[in-house]
Amino acid sequence: MADSASAAKSGGWMMSRRENISFWKAALIRIAAVALGLIVCAVVIVLLTGMNPIAVYGGIVSGAVGSTRRLWVTIRDTMFLLVIAIGLAPAFRMRFWNIGAEGQVLAGAVLTAAIMIHYGDTIPAWILFPVLFLTSAAAGAVWGMIPAFFKAHWGTNETLFTLMMNYVASQIVNYCIILWENPAGSNKVGTINRATKAGWLPKLFGSDYGWIVIIVMAFAVLMFFYLRRTKHGYEIAVVGESENTARYAGINVRKVIIRTMALSGAICGIAGFLIVAGSSHTISTSTAGGRGFTAIIVAWMSKFNTFWMLLVSFFLVFMQNGTIQIASQFNLSENIGDIITGILLFFIIGSDFFITYRLHRSAAEA
Amino acid sequence: MRKLWGAVLAGCLAMSMCSGVFAEEETTEAVSEAEDREVVYTPVDAADIKVGFIFVGDENEGYTEAHWNGAQEMMESLGLSDDQVIVKWNVPEDESCYDAAVDLADQGCNIIFANSFGHEDYMIQAAEEYPDIQFCHATGYQAASSGLDNMHNYFDNIYESRYVAGVVAGMKLNEMISDGTITEDTAKIGYVGAYPYAEVISGFTSFFLGVRSVCPSATMEVRYDNSWASFDLEKELAEALIADDCVLISQHADTTGAPTACEAAGVPVVGYNVSMLEVAPDVALTSASNNWGPYYTYAVDSVIHGYAIDTDWSKGYNDDAVCITELGSSVAEGTADAVAKAEDEIRSGKLHVFDTSTFTVGGQSLEDYLKDNSDANDQFGKYVFDGYFHESDVAAGFGSAPAFAIIIDGITVAE
Repeated sequence: MADSASAAKSGGWMMSRRENISFWKAALIRIAAVALGLIVCAVVIVLLTGMNPIAVYGGIVSGAVGSTRRLWVTIRDTMFLLVIAIGLAPAFRMRFWNIGAEGQVLAGAVLTAAIMIHYGDTIPAWILFPVLFLTSAAAGAVWGMIPAFFKAHWGTNETLFTLMMNYVASQIVNYCIILWENPAGSNKVGTINRATKAGWLPKLFGSDYGWIVIIVMAFAVLMFFYLRRTKHGYEIAVVGESENTARYAGINVRKVIIRTMALSGAICGIAGFLIVAGSSHTISTSTAGGRGFTAIIVAWMSKFNTFWMLLVSFFLVFMQNGTIQIASQFNLSENIGDIITGILLFFIIGSDFFITYRLHRSAAEA
Repeated sequence: MRKLWGAVLAGCLAMSMCSGVFAEEETTEAVSEAEDREVVYTPVDAADIKVGFIFVGDENEGYTEAHWNGAQEMMESLGLSDDQVIVKWNVPEDESCYDAAVDLADQGCNIIFANSFGHEDYMIQAAEEYPDIQFCHATGYQAASSGLDNMHNYFDNIYESRYVAGVVAGMKLNEMISDGTITEDTAKIGYVGAYPYAEVISGFTSFFLGVRSVCPSATMEVRYDNSWASFDLEKELAEALIADDCVLISQHADTTGAPTACEAAGVPVVGYNVSMLEVAPDVALTSASNNWGPYYTYAVDSVIHGYAIDTDWSKGYNDDAVCITELGSSVAEGTADAVAKAEDEIRSGKLHVFDTSTFTVGGQSLEDYLKDNSDANDQFGKYVFDGYFHESDVAAGFGSAPAFAIIIDGITVAE
């Protein structure tokens, strides 16, 4: 009944909004979309390279998870992308277009590097890591709060402001590289504390990346409940829907904007800490590596559900790390990976349409 | 597809670049050397050996293309099949290099090479973890100080071929002076440099000394783009240098950006790594190039026989490790003879590129300058004896990476 009322006629087919859809049906539609996407990619691979697409897919799987080490690298990169997406979620939920995650990550990263370089050998590890964690969070929070403050008080455009803050952060990193570069003139900091490993996240569960998984998964769970089950989360959603409604309901909009961006920036800052202390052990302008932008796709595609984010992050990293292998194994350009990822994303995002709407024959009209 | 192109390019380059005359001597020498060397590791059957390469770019970028050509030369001379060589393309200078190195180790590589300066720390990190695998890093300087037996640095005496390329440029300047296009005072060269440190400074100094050896009034302006391979930046820098009255351009950067700008402006250009005649047919004179084949052959052959690999390796014209690419049609008359003369003198040891009698620093000879500047003397003093700066002289106990980082008179560096 409700369907026919809102149905729109489109050339013999009726399109109507679904009232609700079961989890399994939605999952099925997504799986079908991925399968279709893979078939289209296979056709493209054959047309472009003349190679056996199954072998190319095999190479991608092998590159992403083909050995214990590759699996860990994929997990590590997934966690990095995920933690930034978690950081972005509350901001985007509030319809605050935070495209400054790159800068917030760099802010956390550069402070982590600074402390590792200057105090890594003097502060004992059990104090050092909490210090790194908190200071990187503070740096990211400050970087996020600056545009939020201006937005809250003077209505500045946060898209431009957060974007500009990326360049500022990038220049600060450049400046610090000149301070710390080794050897002079090379524009590279090199591995920090390679001999002492001071400030390097220790192994956990036998893996260099164990701590990263624990910390990021904790954030995933906390953010899931923060957005859905807390008063803050509710306020964020209301401000996102309509600032006027929020004001009418007695929500202090300014406070919510600044508080939420502080949180968003802090988590991105911690991502910077995890990347520097947990993996790269150096600092450069590519420390964030574009993840701050990719994470926007992750957050939106997952509709801010942190567990979907985990899946989407894994998928993107899986493809990326897999293509490193096909470049090496088949001497294909890594760009083929981008093509495959692009086609698959098209299908996955497209499948949202079929989850939101239902198509049926307009036979009833006749 | 990509391999095919690589093979075709390698073939063309091998034919166009280094003269084959010395190849024969090289083999006999290698054999006699081989007999003297001590077996320190378990030899590996040539049919079982696996070789890993970590490249900062791919064949679309001249520097990596030269390395890949060298790798293929090695495969051919040692009879390795395609599946014995695993290449990681486009590996940035960050932890991806460590990931790539240990992944190659996991795949069973006996020896792993990385070709970019910023890869070094990550190679050392991997070398610590895999003491039985040989790790070789081009252009680096930390192998000796790392204290690891399985960590090695390699480079070649690129300053020799840059000097010769400088002679080509100097001849061109002389031609322009004599036909009245420029005067002696306006013979200014523009140089597109990557980063302001020894490798680049040594490179442009040797080039400039080559220019000066035939055109004493030449000067040079250097600008940096702080990137190894950025087509746009290199093109813009070349355009800026041309606008600043530079009448000839050279580069230490890895793309065809500068030659592209030069072709458009009609300004002669000396490239790096690969012949620039394809992008700048009217103005490209030549390029200074590395020939990595001899090192890759030496290093992999060492692993096959169980010999130790030198901690630092750097060779030049005498081992065909450096060369200049074919001369363009626009070079000045008599260039080929001048090139042959310079190459012969370098080979025979008659000519030392960093001969301290050929340049001054702050108006003084290098020896006097070092006497007055204790900081510089601490850094460079040990390299200067017998009347020249012993660049990359591994026989004298120095590292393979270039060390010369002094700005000599006649060169200005734009900050």
